[in-house]
Amino acid sequence: MSANSKWVQLAVLAGIMLVLPVFFPSGYYYRVGALVYVNALSVIGLVILIGYAGQISLGHAGFAGIGAYACALAPVHLGIHPALAVLLGAVISGVLAILIGRPILRLKGYYLAVATLGFGILVSMVLSNERGLTGGPDGMAVPDLGLRQVLRGMGLKLSGGEFWYIANALVLLVAIWIALNLFHSATGRAMRALHGSETAARTVGIDVARYKLQAFVISAVYASVAGSLLALQNGFITPDVAGFMHSVEMVTMAVLGGVGSVLGATLGAAILTLLPQVLTVLADYEQLVLGLIMILVMIFLPLGLLPSIAARIRWRGV
Amino acid sequence: MDAFMQFIFSGLTVGAVYALVALGFTIIYNASDVVNFAQGEFVMLGGMITVFAFDAGLPLPLAAAIAIVITAGIGVALNKFAIEPARGAPVVTLIIITIGASILIRGASQVVFDKQLHRLPAFSGDDPIHVLGATLLPQSLWVIGGAIGIFIALWLFFTRTLLGKAVLATANNRLAAQLVGINTGFVMTLSFALSAAIGALAGVLVTPITLVSYDVGVGLALKGFAAAMLGGMGNPKGALAGGLLLGLFEALTAGYISSQYKEAVAFIVILAVLFVMPQGLFGAKKTERV
Amino acid sequence: MKVTTTALATLMALGIATAAHAEIKLGASLSASGGAAFLGDPEAKTLEMLVEELNAKGGINGEKVELVLYDDGGDPNKARTFATRLVEDDEVSAIIGGSTTGTTMSILAVAESEGIPFISLAGAIQIIDPVRQFVFKTPHTDRMACEKIFTDMQKNGITKIGMISGTDGFGASMEAQCKDVAGGYEIEIVAQETYAPQDADMTPQLTKIKSTDGVQAILNPGFGQGPAIVTRNYAQLGIDLPLYQSHGVASDGFIELAGPDAAEGVRLPGTALLIADIIEDGDPQKDVVSAYKAAYEEKYGEDVSTFGGYAHDAFKLMTGAIERAGSDDPEEIRDALEATDGLVGTTGTYTFSADDHLGLDLSAFRMLEIRDGEWVSVD
Repeated sequence: MSANSKWVQLAVLAGIMLVLPVFFPSGYYYRVGALVYVNALSVIGLVILIGYAGQISLGHAGFAGIGAYACALAPVHLGIHPALAVLLGAVISGVLAILIGRPILRLKGYYLAVATLGFGILVSMVLSNERGLTGGPDGMAVPDLGLRQVLRGMGLKLSGGEFWYIANALVLLVAIWIALNLFHSATGRAMRALHGSETAARTVGIDVARYKLQAFVISAVYASVAGSLLALQNGFITPDVAGFMHSVEMVTMAVLGGVGSVLGATLGAAILTLLPQVLTVLADYEQLVLGLIMILVMIFLPLGLLPSIAARIRWRGV
Repeated sequence: MDAFMQFIFSGLTVGAVYALVALGFTIIYNASDVVNFAQGEFVMLGGMITVFAFDAGLPLPLAAAIAIVITAGIGVALNKFAIEPARGAPVVTLIIITIGASILIRGASQVVFDKQLHRLPAFSGDDPIHVLGATLLPQSLWVIGGAIGIFIALWLFFTRTLLGKAVLATANNRLAAQLVGINTGFVMTLSFALSAAIGALAGVLVTPITLVSYDVGVGLALKGFAAAMLGGMGNPKGALAGGLLLGLFEALTAGYISSQYKEAVAFIVILAVLFVMPQGLFGAKKTERV
Repeated sequence: MKVTTTALATLMALGIATAAHAEIKLGASLSASGGAAFLGDPEAKTLEMLVEELNAKGGINGEKVELVLYDDGGDPNKARTFATRLVEDDEVSAIIGGSTTGTTMSILAVAESEGIPFISLAGAIQIIDPVRQFVFKTPHTDRMACEKIFTDMQKNGITKIGMISGTDGFGASMEAQCKDVAGGYEIEIVAQETYAPQDADMTPQLTKIKSTDGVQAILNPGFGQGPAIVTRNYAQLGIDLPLYQSHGVASDGFIELAGPDAAEGVRLPGTALLIADIIEDGDPQKDVVSAYKAAYEEKYGEDVSTFGGYAHDAFKLMTGAIERAGSDDPEEIRDALEATDGLVGTTGTYTFSADDHLGLDLSAFRMLEIRDGEWVSVD
């Protein structure tokens, strides 16, 4: 992947984002599109952690929860603007990632998985139990970002769905740009080296702990911002956002799309966001078919959708 | 003192439930390095099939036997149609396949059975046993006994039988295992059948206490996984110890500190243990191959 | 990217396919699966059954009703997406749903901003307080359940109680409401414990409550397996105090799950639905509950629950309003809905007004007790 192809990828994606709404028959499609982008955002964070650095996490929904509740709580209790709350959430998530990342990133494989899982559960438990602050399992309202009103004042009238479609698309493009840059940087190369073999990376003098931690912190910030955006566009948030199932969903999206590939992750997020919407026609059989599709994709495209397909195209010499 | 004993009994009961689930993870993990996230669904199936067969008029032991056989068959099918075809794929891909399988089994169960809660009668009645001022239900003894029994069986299997050693050899190095004449395909089939059967048996034993519905698998798998990791994945001793300890932490925390944060304390303990012992209590230290 | 566009194309095709026929479109987003399937499953079944019944009788004012039903799995994020889909894509005239408070709050925002009448099936008081123009609900609030229970406790001279609640939305919400109103009934909550929804044993919590000085009764707000296990542990520990459960477990299934022996003497606030068989002939609810219970149990072969009853009432309220409005215009349906006066449902008799979008009072709750494996009214 050359630096050139980075801009090609971004341009193609931006083009698709721009053209898609032409085919939207109703406002509901903006909502689904916006969800795809916000999910893709957190999944790209996981690409950096899992795909680049080779570290697993089953607790990243915890960071999404922190981002989400920062947007719900900070404007009310600290009186800051919701946009600043997004930043505050990202900072808290980042700092927390440093604090817990140091000890738990020494763990490997499933042990790391269970440690991150524990972290995620602790976050969702606090959000669920501290009823006085968070409204408990029933959730709480999130203040409006207010940007739509500003745009309206400038003569640009957007529906909620349209606004969030555009906003999430822009944030996602920036996030992808950062991720692609990271991939080509010295840091990215070091991360990928330790993915290959930690021992080998250490032998050639790579500070393994430091790069693992960087990947962990970056992915935490991605998840946190995604959680914030989700909270702001829903206007209401419950501890489900930090739940174990949400963590599993994020990892599944990443692996399904292709965990080493930024665009693959976006594709994975798109498919797992769209599938439940398409499968509603199956009513009671929805879950059954969803599980079946996941299994089939992984059997026939074991590296994930995009990398597997790309490999086949290359194989045919196209 | 009475209260303390009650907390201990509660912890042992709940811990034995966790241990039963954790034990189910060990065989598949030992044969393939895969943590099977559909293990909770095996437990659910054991409970659900038994309930429906029992309600249809079959005697309980027969209903349970049918449930175990069917679930073992589903385990074999999972290996044959989902794991085998993906051989050579990265472990994380195999894990997603097991997550897909858990969603599929759950989805199929809500169609085949229903979404209601169900219960089996306790095997030896509901009259509590009084010990040292505290009480224990006879079914708890069944669950604790079941966990210990399966542990002993597994331990003997892995250390005393050729087949068990073949399972371990397959996990260690599939190619080398094949070279020394181990039929690795059969070993994989067997591991899935055994893991599923253990899961189903667990389901039969715990249903009179925990009740069962199509979606109890996720919660059980989560706790079982945590227990297995606490003890050290792949080691039956670790699964038993991890499960019982997890149950005891929760019960004692609920009793003496806060019932609201009992699971939080349990996970903090797990984190603390892993900081000191990164392979869990009884996990084997693996060195990375370069 | 090809897959994305194909999926979108499928989505669009589906959207167009469902838009064709059907005269009146009724939308629903329910938690038919997931942790709240307990609520959503009977609700979904009830709506499907009632639509079928209604259309067999010729629909509303000669027009057929089409039900567009989505399963949000109890996830508020999904509920919001489905609410958007119902309003913008399916273009329904009214929405029923929101099995939980979280999903309700998500749907409510969409319904309110788009001006679509919405009847929620969730318990929390904040759904209708403050009153929102387009939002109504059928279940009693959790606060009313607490008040009903405390009234009964007061009658029996109970002043100090222990509480053990589930940490799920239902249990946590009711626990908070009960704490809020306890003082008004001179009841002091001297012990407070919780359990997680899938816990297998609650003896530690119950042991603690039992050993707290002065506890005269125990209240267990919760739903699902938790209350059944609490009830069984209660018997195991031989606790000799009155046990109050909530309306969250008001179904025959509860007696079966807890076991008739353990459940003996348990009290809870329930609706007429549970005692359909023994309700007196003169009772205004007699016909409604008997008909619904018979039809549901005949069609699905399982016991009716209070929750299905909420959906039943919401459906009757909504279709009644559509009939009176004589139109499928959301605004007119809303106005007709608010003018509902004395509609007899399974939960109680509804009379809405501009400042009351629940329209039930405490009298709709009945204090029930389990005796010899059967529900008995003890009011």
